[in-house]
Amino acid sequence: MTSKDTAAKPAEPSRRDILYIATGAAAAGAAAGMVWPLIAQMNPDASILALASTEVDLSSVPEGQIVTVKWRGKPVFVRHRTPAEIKAAEDTPLSVLPDPEADSKRVQKPEWLVIIGVCTHLGCIPTGKEGEYNGWFCPCHGSVYDLSGRIRSGPAPTNLEVPPYAFIAETKIKIG
Amino acid sequence: MEGHSQYTPKSGFARWLERRLPILSFMHDSFVSYPTPKNLNYMWVFGAILSFMLVAQIVTGVVLAMHYTPETTLAFDSVEKIMRDVNWGTVLRYAHANGASMFFLAVYLHIFRGMYYGSYKDPREVLWILGVVIFMLMMATGFLGYVLPWGQMSFWAATVITNLFSAIPVVGTAITTWLLGGYSVDNPTLNRFYALHYLVPFIIFAIVALHVWALHVTGQNNPSGVEVKDIKKETVPFTPYATMKDAVGIAVFLVVYAWLTFFVPNYLGHPDNYIEANPLVTPPHIVPEWYFLPFYAILRAIPNKLLGVTALFASILITAALPWLDTSKVKSAVYRPLFRKEFWIFVAVCIGLGYLGAQPAEGAYLWFARLLSAYYFLHFLVILPVIGKVEKPEPVPESIDASILRGETSHV
Repeated sequence: MTSKDTAAKPAEPSRRDILYIATGAAAAGAAAGMVWPLIAQMNPDASILALASTEVDLSSVPEGQIVTVKWRGKPVFVRHRTPAEIKAAEDTPLSVLPDPEADSKRVQKPEWLVIIGVCTHLGCIPTGKEGEYNGWFCPCHGSVYDLSGRIRSGPAPTNLEVPPYAFIAETKIKIG
Repeated sequence: MEGHSQYTPKSGFARWLERRLPILSFMHDSFVSYPTPKNLNYMWVFGAILSFMLVAQIVTGVVLAMHYTPETTLAFDSVEKIMRDVNWGTVLRYAHANGASMFFLAVYLHIFRGMYYGSYKDPREVLWILGVVIFMLMMATGFLGYVLPWGQMSFWAATVITNLFSAIPVVGTAITTWLLGGYSVDNPTLNRFYALHYLVPFIIFAIVALHVWALHVTGQNNPSGVEVKDIKKETVPFTPYATMKDAVGIAVFLVVYAWLTFFVPNYLGHPDNYIEANPLVTPPHIVPEWYFLPFYAILRAIPNKLLGVTALFASILITAALPWLDTSKVKSAVYRPLFRKEFWIFVAVCIGLGYLGAQPAEGAYLWFARLLSAYYFLHFLVILPVIGKVEKPEPVPESIDASILRGETSHV
């Protein structure tokens, strides 16, 4: 086909053009289908997806103490807060929080704070009873969390996450 | 810069091979008769040093792979086994670990050389960008390799770096989970990092071939920044001139490499990495290897997750735009009085960021890190474009020969 012919009839796709497009589209679809398993294999496998739950006996945690338990490969902090700590957490005005959330929304019983111990910045484990608010301090990049695990200063964008958990007895919780 | 091949096959076999695969003339033209500007100084030996280091890392890496086990309960012990039981294992591992440091030392000097002499400018933009790609792949390889010994620093480096991707809006967490193969760094992560650590160096090798190809199309820059005008008068053959000079450079470089490997093999490492990975305890002070410190300082300087991560990646990617950000027509800093000063300030800023990256992220350190991070970006985005416009360059010689006669660029 010369350029003259193309110019003469611009909008007349031939049967061959349609065959080319259809074949090309089928090949692209097949290629995508073949690539998908190569990508998807990197996602968590069945054994990792089978979520485990963890039970924690709280009776052995004295007031003022923090215990760390492992859940889904991550640490979960269980903090037995003192009345002074509870008051400090509850009295914090929401206006000073970068990620405003009331303390009462983050606990089921005020004396028990249960949070995932993974800094929301880049995944380090904050150390307890450190930092300006005596809550947690992340040694990696300097994020400071308060007595409710809420971000107060530093690069972390959000509060420490509260995992799904339930009290299965007066002093026993099940995480997950 | 290439004319017709001057290679004449001498043996019958060479003639036979030449007609079927002209690899002998190709090698001869590329590494023997290839014309190099005769005023190259010792800053031009790093290409050879880096080629040497790439091969050294691949060779030591392949033999270490014969003894290493990429499984979380065995990895740490298998590295200790290499250190204690494997014949020459200590030397091989220390050579590989310190080899990474020496590789980065050489690449930084190579990059700064290119910046000083304007080696990224027309017509070497593609050559420069290929170099940036190689640098990024080197960073990926260095990081992946650092995770394999499965010590505390390995584990937390893997955690922090993979979490960088969680800063991406909407899909970030899904991408991090995909990279990790789970919800935290664990066995699937270690396994794939090992596979990739073995793969990427060979990709680097391929891109180095493109880098050298691009170099041999445009020819080398030289300290005067003036292009070769007369190949006969202004160049000398690669062999023996560049070959010998490179050999001297490699020998001196090896002295430092050997000193590190044999006398202070853990000088650049962190004691924490001799503690096995523990997912429940972050070391009180985590820092990356020295060659990542300036970028780490930029990440930490910004008190916002997304912006910090963006700045980290931008600080590396911005170097690819250098050919277009530097508006000066003059290549070499030898003839650019303002840029010459700015160059050394920029080097000092990079070293300063490196120092701050190793310090705790608090107080005055943080403020200096912010100041220097700002200067880093200003250098590329404002200072370089403006200097190119306002600077009055010193008279540029007409030719390489003229610059040598003026005694300016024959040796540094």
